[in-house]
Amino acid sequence: MSQLALDRLKATFGDAILETHSDFGDETAVVRPESWLAICRFLRQDPALQFDMMSDLCGVDYPDRVPRMEVVAHLYSLSRRHRIRVKTRIGDAELGTCELDSVTSVWRTADWLERETYDMSGVLFRGHPDLRRILMYPEFVGHPLRKDYPAQKAQPLLEYRTEEEAGLTLEKQAPFGPDEGMSFGRRTFTRSEEN
Amino acid sequence: MAKSQVTLEGSEAGFATTRLDALLNWARKYSLFQYPFVTACCGMEFMSVAGPRFDLSRFGAEAPRFSPRQADLLWVVGTISQRQAPALRRIYEQMMEPKYVLAFGTCASCGGFYDNYTTVPGIDKVIPCDVYVPGCPPRPEGALDGLLLLQDKIQRGDRKPGIVKPREDPLKDLVTLRKKEATP
Repeated sequence: MSQLALDRLKATFGDAILETHSDFGDETAVVRPESWLAICRFLRQDPALQFDMMSDLCGVDYPDRVPRMEVVAHLYSLSRRHRIRVKTRIGDAELGTCELDSVTSVWRTADWLERETYDMSGVLFRGHPDLRRILMYPEFVGHPLRKDYPAQKAQPLLEYRTEEEAGLTLEKQAPFGPDEGMSFGRRTFTRSEEN
Repeated sequence: MAKSQVTLEGSEAGFATTRLDALLNWARKYSLFQYPFVTACCGMEFMSVAGPRFDLSRFGAEAPRFSPRQADLLWVVGTISQRQAPALRRIYEQMMEPKYVLAFGTCASCGGFYDNYTTVPGIDKVIPCDVYVPGCPPRPEGALDGLLLLQDKIQRGDRKPGIVKPREDPLKDLVTLRKKEATP
């Protein structure tokens, strides 16, 4: 559908396009992070492409790769009715530096989407007007969608009641707990695991 | 002319007070003003419970109050995220005594399958809870069972938390019957 976009990208940016594919009918281009902003602006402004809507932006953590973090943008053109997926790879093995140019100047939507990507994956967007957490609370430490975030680690915003305060056991009674009939149910919550 | 009268029998000490308690509890259990704190998909079942088909008003609990100051019963319907917990506690603290809390569904009762950074593992970690209704989501009958259990607790003056027992699955026999038919 938008093979045209891939061809235009390759003709215009050459080496900055690392790879392209059209698996499952989804045209995808992996680009160099240095050209991220220029490529996004080109996709938005080129008269033949006109990707005027940013459907989604997210970060994907591949802990075994370097660069480790992949930032994925899904674009759609309302006028041309075609789509493209643009990816770029950033960050070292420890994600000490994980920065990318902000594309808020290209799409206004990118403002909140980049905040979400920052919140969940810890990608720092250079030039973003207001890079704050958007889903988690400001007191939250870390970025939960990174693979090194412990899956069951909670950071309660409000301190939990203790059993002395409640005057009764807060352990879950049947039928709650693992035997509720769902194989994916949570483990029985115990105080010792919390500490 | 008084149509009905509370009869005071027996000795003066203690006996009459109990009757008054019973009378007050009886009045309370049939006039629960509710505050629906609806956050997730269980809300659909709650709407069904509150609507005409299952009809909460049969039990005197039809009046929703969207100010916690006027409410007796807090329905916590759905997942409570860590970020919502302060709001929930504040709502609870604004309610007038006597106040009751009903955890509607697995998420409100124990966090459900959200065993991660997002969700409070049961509202009893944040506020006291009187009745837990299991189910994902509970059927409206389950919610009514929860309300009846709460009324029973109010009448007895019992503040120990209770869990609604799951009912027998009415279709279980039908499924086994069909399986038997399928295997010759």
